Amino acid sequence: MPSVMLKKNAEGKLIFYVPKKDLEEIAETVEFDSPELWGGEVLLSDGSKYYFEPQAQPDFPVTLRAKRLDSGEE
Amino acid sequence: MAALTREETEALIQEVLEVYPEAAKKDRAKHLAVNDPTLEKSNKCITSNRKSLPGVMTVRGCAYAGSKGVVWGPIKDMIHISHGPVGCGQYSRAGRRNYYVGTTGVNAFGTMNFTSDFQEKDIVFGGDKKLAKIMLEIEELFPLNKGISIQSECPIGLIGDDIEAVAKKASKAIDKPVVPVRCEGFRGVSQSLGHHIANDAIRDWVLENRDGDESFPTTPYDVAVIGDYNIGGDAWSSRTLLEEMGLRVVAQWSGDGTIAEMEKTPKVKLNLIHCYRSMNYIARHMEEKYKIPWIEYNFFGPTKIAESLRKIAALFDETIQAGAERVIERYKAEYEAVIAKYKPRLQGKRVMLYVGGLRPRHVIGAYEDLGMEVVGTGYEFGHNDDYDRTIKEMGNATLIYDDVTGYEFEEFVKRVKPDLIGSGIKEKYIFQKMGIPFRQMHSWDYSGPYHGYDGFAIFARDMDMTLNNPCWKQVQVPWKKADNDPIAVAASA
Repeated sequence: MPSVMLKKNAEGKLIFYVPKKDLEEIAETVEFDSPELWGGEVLLSDGSKYYFEPQAQPDFPVTLRAKRLDSGEE
Repeated sequence: MAALTREETEALIQEVLEVYPEAAKKDRAKHLAVNDPTLEKSNKCITSNRKSLPGVMTVRGCAYAGSKGVVWGPIKDMIHISHGPVGCGQYSRAGRRNYYVGTTGVNAFGTMNFTSDFQEKDIVFGGDKKLAKIMLEIEELFPLNKGISIQSECPIGLIGDDIEAVAKKASKAIDKPVVPVRCEGFRGVSQSLGHHIANDAIRDWVLENRDGDESFPTTPYDVAVIGDYNIGGDAWSSRTLLEEMGLRVVAQWSGDGTIAEMEKTPKVKLNLIHCYRSMNYIARHMEEKYKIPWIEYNFFGPTKIAESLRKIAALFDETIQAGAERVIERYKAEYEAVIAKYKPRLQGKRVMLYVGGLRPRHVIGAYEDLGMEVVGTGYEFGHNDDYDRTIKEMGNATLIYDDVTGYEFEEFVKRVKPDLIGSGIKEKYIFQKMGIPFRQMHSWDYSGPYHGYDGFAIFARDMDMTLNNPCWKQVQVPWKKADNDPIAVAASA
């Protein structure tokens, strides 16, 4: 359950940062991405997958707990 | 010598690794790489921020060095107690050349060493009482101090002293901020964790001090310079450029900085990060808590300065954007003259770097402005996000080495034969004795500043002065000179 710092970049894409792992990636897709419901599975550009409890869209930047689903490494 | 090809560089790495035992070889192989600028992510080619192997020569520092030496030390109006045995503070005292304005011992304390000088009895019975007493003494002897930070050395963590409790009590007694920092040297693999711990201490003990206090008049052009340690005056030559383009620099972190400036930083509009490695943590925190955006910039060499000034200005209105253009225009004649003077003397020279923090990537632009080429670079304590940013700056098939060992670095240098090496004091004399021009790039070899347009002129002069110094021709003994026929030398004797 890593703590993930989320922020939007200049192009409005979600940046995913895990301080402990020096992981700084762009989130390719977010399962639920609307003002009322946000979260679910998030696929990063390096192929790894994380899961956030679906919730009302938070005010970015924000630190949230995520569950790691798939490291993206074969 | 012509540049090495990708295959040659790979072969060189393999050859250097050959001497290690199997396990060490496997580990070190992950830290050495041939650069491929097309890669997006460095984790495909290099591993970093791992424990150094016992038995190899590493030049890394410790967490205490990262906190006291780098982040906290330069805050000039606070007194930083090196809490523990006397050596850690005394041997690192004033070595980093963080310049400041003030009267040392009266209202500024940067080059002084304050220590609790632990003895056996303090280890056995604990040092909390001594610490509490020291702080009252400090208050009496140096009443103009604006706060105290307690920088833990190894024994504090080992014996389990409760410095937080002492700090809270002392803070009430002297009515000033007292910050306990848990930066015991044994924590982490290098000074990098010390930076992080120091950032966290600032976050927890300093940053919130003026929350809810709106008495500080702000402007839309307030910025903070973060991660500039004013080595040889670097922050000053950066600050003038920002002010000339119309911005107001509210805080300098932490070179020539004060605790008041740090407390006011949450009121700024933009954080400017120079040393990403040591201060990105606090910038990210401020972005989350105070919604202050941050950007990285690079003030080494005119190309990168112009790029950075425009990048910063783009986040403000037209007056600042016009200001940036005006600044670039104003210094144009000056830096063009510098390039015209030194480029012919330095053109085509090859440089190898091995430094810490931001310099292994930030100074590349400055060398390129002088027509030089960086053929190898590496970080003492960088993380993978540093290497992500580095692979784009470096040329194809150049060497990248993480936490390079003394042996590897020497072997690389013997083969790559650079014209100049930029690294630290521990490498300096080895390479000078090998006959290779060397600049100490941690503290600018007692020169500086190197930031900004003014700094670039000094940078160019220093590189020329070192590289083209006639002494390098005298280093080799006459009978080993390549152009000498050994028989002729013998005959002349």
